[in-house]
Amino acid sequence: MSYEPVIGLEVHVQMSTDSKIFCTCSNKFGAEPNTNVCPVCLGMPGVLPVLNEKVVEYTVKAGLALNCQIRSKSVFARKNYFYPDLPKAYQISQYELPICEHGYIDIELEDGTQKRIGITRIHIEEDAGKLNHEAGCSLVDLNRTGTPLMEIVSEPDLRSAEEAKAYLMKLKTILEYVEVSDCNMEEGSMRCDANVSIRPDSNAPFGTRAEIKNVNSFRNVERAIKYEQKRQEKVLNEGGKIVQETRLFNADTGITASMRGKEDAHDYRYFPDPDLVPIVLEDKFIDDLKAWMPELPDAKLARFMSEYGLSGMDADFLVSAKAYGQYFEQAVKAHNNPKAVCNWIMGELMRRLNDKQCTIFEAGISPENLAEIVKLIDEGKISGNIAKQVFDETAETGKKPADIVAEKGLVQNSNEDELEAIVKQVLDANPAETERFKGGEVKLQGFFMGQIMKASKGKANPAVVAPLLKKLTS
Amino acid sequence: MSQTVSKKDVLHIATLARLKFDDEQAERFTNDLNNILGYIDKLNELNTDNIEPTSHALDIYTVTRPDKAEASLSNEDAIRNAPQSENGMFRVPKVIE
Amino acid sequence: MLGKTLKELSEALNKKEFSSAELTQFYLDRISKYDGEICAYNYINENVINQAKAVDEKRAKGETLPVYAGIPMALKDLIIQKDMPATCSSKILEGFVPPFQGTAAQLLEDAGFLCLGKLSMDEFAMGSSNETAYRKKTRNPWDTSRVPGGSSGGSAASVAAGLTTFALGSDTGGSIRQPASLCGITGMKPTYGRVSRFGLIAFASSLDQIGPMTSNISDNAAILSVIGKYDKKDSTSLNVAQEDYAKYLTGDVKGMKIGVPKEYFAEGIAPDVRECVNKAIKAYEGMGCEIVEISMPHTEYAVATYYIIATAEASSNLGRYDGIRFGFRADADNLKDMFYESRSQGFGDEVKRRIMLGTYVLSAGYYDAYYIKAQKVRTLIKQDFVNAFEKVDAIICPTSPTTAFKAGEKMSDPLQMYLSDINTISLNLYGGCGLSMPCGFGADGMPVGVQLLGKYFDEGRLYNLAYAFEQQAKLPVMPEKLK
Repeated sequence: MSYEPVIGLEVHVQMSTDSKIFCTCSNKFGAEPNTNVCPVCLGMPGVLPVLNEKVVEYTVKAGLALNCQIRSKSVFARKNYFYPDLPKAYQISQYELPICEHGYIDIELEDGTQKRIGITRIHIEEDAGKLNHEAGCSLVDLNRTGTPLMEIVSEPDLRSAEEAKAYLMKLKTILEYVEVSDCNMEEGSMRCDANVSIRPDSNAPFGTRAEIKNVNSFRNVERAIKYEQKRQEKVLNEGGKIVQETRLFNADTGITASMRGKEDAHDYRYFPDPDLVPIVLEDKFIDDLKAWMPELPDAKLARFMSEYGLSGMDADFLVSAKAYGQYFEQAVKAHNNPKAVCNWIMGELMRRLNDKQCTIFEAGISPENLAEIVKLIDEGKISGNIAKQVFDETAETGKKPADIVAEKGLVQNSNEDELEAIVKQVLDANPAETERFKGGEVKLQGFFMGQIMKASKGKANPAVVAPLLKKLTS
Repeated sequence: MSQTVSKKDVLHIATLARLKFDDEQAERFTNDLNNILGYIDKLNELNTDNIEPTSHALDIYTVTRPDKAEASLSNEDAIRNAPQSENGMFRVPKVIE
Repeated sequence: MLGKTLKELSEALNKKEFSSAELTQFYLDRISKYDGEICAYNYINENVINQAKAVDEKRAKGETLPVYAGIPMALKDLIIQKDMPATCSSKILEGFVPPFQGTAAQLLEDAGFLCLGKLSMDEFAMGSSNETAYRKKTRNPWDTSRVPGGSSGGSAASVAAGLTTFALGSDTGGSIRQPASLCGITGMKPTYGRVSRFGLIAFASSLDQIGPMTSNISDNAAILSVIGKYDKKDSTSLNVAQEDYAKYLTGDVKGMKIGVPKEYFAEGIAPDVRECVNKAIKAYEGMGCEIVEISMPHTEYAVATYYIIATAEASSNLGRYDGIRFGFRADADNLKDMFYESRSQGFGDEVKRRIMLGTYVLSAGYYDAYYIKAQKVRTLIKQDFVNAFEKVDAIICPTSPTTAFKAGEKMSDPLQMYLSDINTISLNLYGGCGLSMPCGFGADGMPVGVQLLGKYFDEGRLYNLAYAFEQQAKLPVMPEKLK
């Protein structure tokens, strides 16, 4: 029997603030153990939390970008449980009155249609520390304690692992656009728990769900959900029952395992934190943030298609990271050939980003220089092959493409007389091939073009050479 | 007096609070808690249906600070009160579930 | 040196009548002489005499010094003083030396005060007799077979016995006022949000407040003037201007309306206490105050409400004592046992009782019935005060139903102990200010305290009322045998 999966995601996103959520310790990743800690985040007796204003701002920005309603009043609550990575034995979070609610994201499905995924709520909370397990003991590092988090909870609207992945990628893109997090799943600044259940068909009531924790990459989200879906199908098909439980995904083995036992006594005893006062947001605060909002991916996609005549695929690529779109528009401003600029970004530039593991603005090619290369091609001054050479040289040296072309004499040769001499020379040097070509062996066209290029040191303008070759062999 | 909490309840609450009691203590705490809860029951004399709960004495809202990082404690000061530490970290016995 | 106000001490030091070292040594000597019996000090600052000498040197050089430079004082052992142990009189915090400074201690330091040491208290401020302290179970200086009250019992006893010039205490449900009453001194619980809680080890965060405990009204006003300052480190601290409360001490209280709430004179109030308080009320009438009988109908629900809210908050606040980062850790070979053993061996019975009650009222299925219910009744109790203060300027009533009871008398019955706070608890639920001052002696010769309650940030008015009474009553503030 086959089943339909029902999936909801709980995504924890670390906010990229300078300081922690409730104290003034640095929020930087990667410091020596217990050096970004103070009495407040160590939970020492006698300390009190004071909320970082940016945390409110960032969460509201995310809420607006995710089409949420922003609560005029929200409240912090304590979630009480004991664990060595939680110094106060409670996590400051939001429970009954979260700051954002009732939002959505539109995702694109494989068949090109759109699907709206509901967002139940976004709330603010603090991150916990880290345990390093050693033989016979564990060592606690509390640097991460107090890193500001927003937890974004989706409705159970996702119906496949692929949809879950698309949702997550879209979420990441949007959060990057509003500059609230770097959403780096590998460094743990974006973490995901998945609630998965299955049901016989789309009209059946929801099944019992399992919560899958510790999913830390886009690929693993897909893997974990697919595994869990299969596991639950197997249980049901063998006449078993799904137990509501928390399961841990193991990225090495690709399976999920029950965390039963650990959950037995969980009763978090949430109550409003008496050390913190409610957040009350005035209309002006929200209006100012609305006015600040950048163009979001969906709007940008539509505009790129209509304004620049790009295909959906090209535009989709350019909006997938905020910097790509910025780079693209800067280049197009310098030379108005959107399609060619886009191709260069998707081709040569991305190759370089992969090689160098850098961001688009760090690759050594400014948008203006890329535009200049495209312009040189468009003006017939250099060939595509030469352009690649110029691209590499510009990237390495930072020199202007036009200067490189001039210095190295890379300007394309369109002089018919000179090129006719070269064509003749190539034909004379290859009498056998010339005969066969004249005899109708069309595929030798490529051979001759290559030889002519070689003889001209790559500078022959193919648009001029092709008719010459035809004329001299007919 | 009616038993509001049983000894079993008391042991469950003790687990949540990470406290453990021997038999005699569990009896005593069950008895104490029932006495106190019996007294607390008095609140049910009041109808509070349309009353807003109070969690703070004063109506203060939206207290925040600027997002500015300042110096943290030195690692030495951070861990100097710890019963056990190792490599600048707090050492705890092994976790068994 | 005994019996001088802080202002007089400051003047005497400036005039070099005696040095700070002499003054400090005087108190250290008294501590070694009397504290063996009174047991007020958890910790004595060995270094204080050197600090006093340093102040004397600066004074000799003519340096400009803060107004109270070189005057020693002491702190309840839940108020953080950097690099000095803070134990809350609990085994679980033994050995903890805070690497940071609390705001109240910092403000006192800025004003020139020196810290003699840390004063005993009920464990984590949970108790009304100082008998829940792990080590030093402080006794009442007027009769050492009796308790000093609690939880700021060490603070009250040390002031009453002249073992410090003044002390800071903290008040969650009467912990400043009740021991002040039982020891015959003056204690002020300021308005919630007046004194920063940064550096106050939490019992119940929505109720806790630090306040001065002194042997006279002008000292009390002087200290609150120093520590009553808005603090950015406490989100519940209210941004109101710091005040110099001395300016309120005119003694002119004519025309003030004082409310007498009948619910605070209920059956449980001992006749001798009632008599003393009634005399104080008569005295105010004589000074031209208008005495108005009022009703605060929800008073009888205050103790129940308090024990839900305070224990719920405490159960969460005390989770951090887990044996990992500070304090006591029991031997255990796995993490789970370490949690259970450290906490079970580290906390005393009263603290455990309150953690249990607080955990229960927050637990699944009981949250609405207990916690939310209590928060709603808190609203009603608050409203009683708001209504009362529409009619009167201040409220007068007994602080404690009885004078100091014998040690051991109430320890076996937790509920009876809780009910000894019946007249002080409501004020914390409302959040206003309240002061207890001596108003006479009971049939047993023990001090009786009268309580003045005020609206938010109306400490100045309470100080003036108290000052007017103090000037007229001229009661002895210290047992004769300790002079």
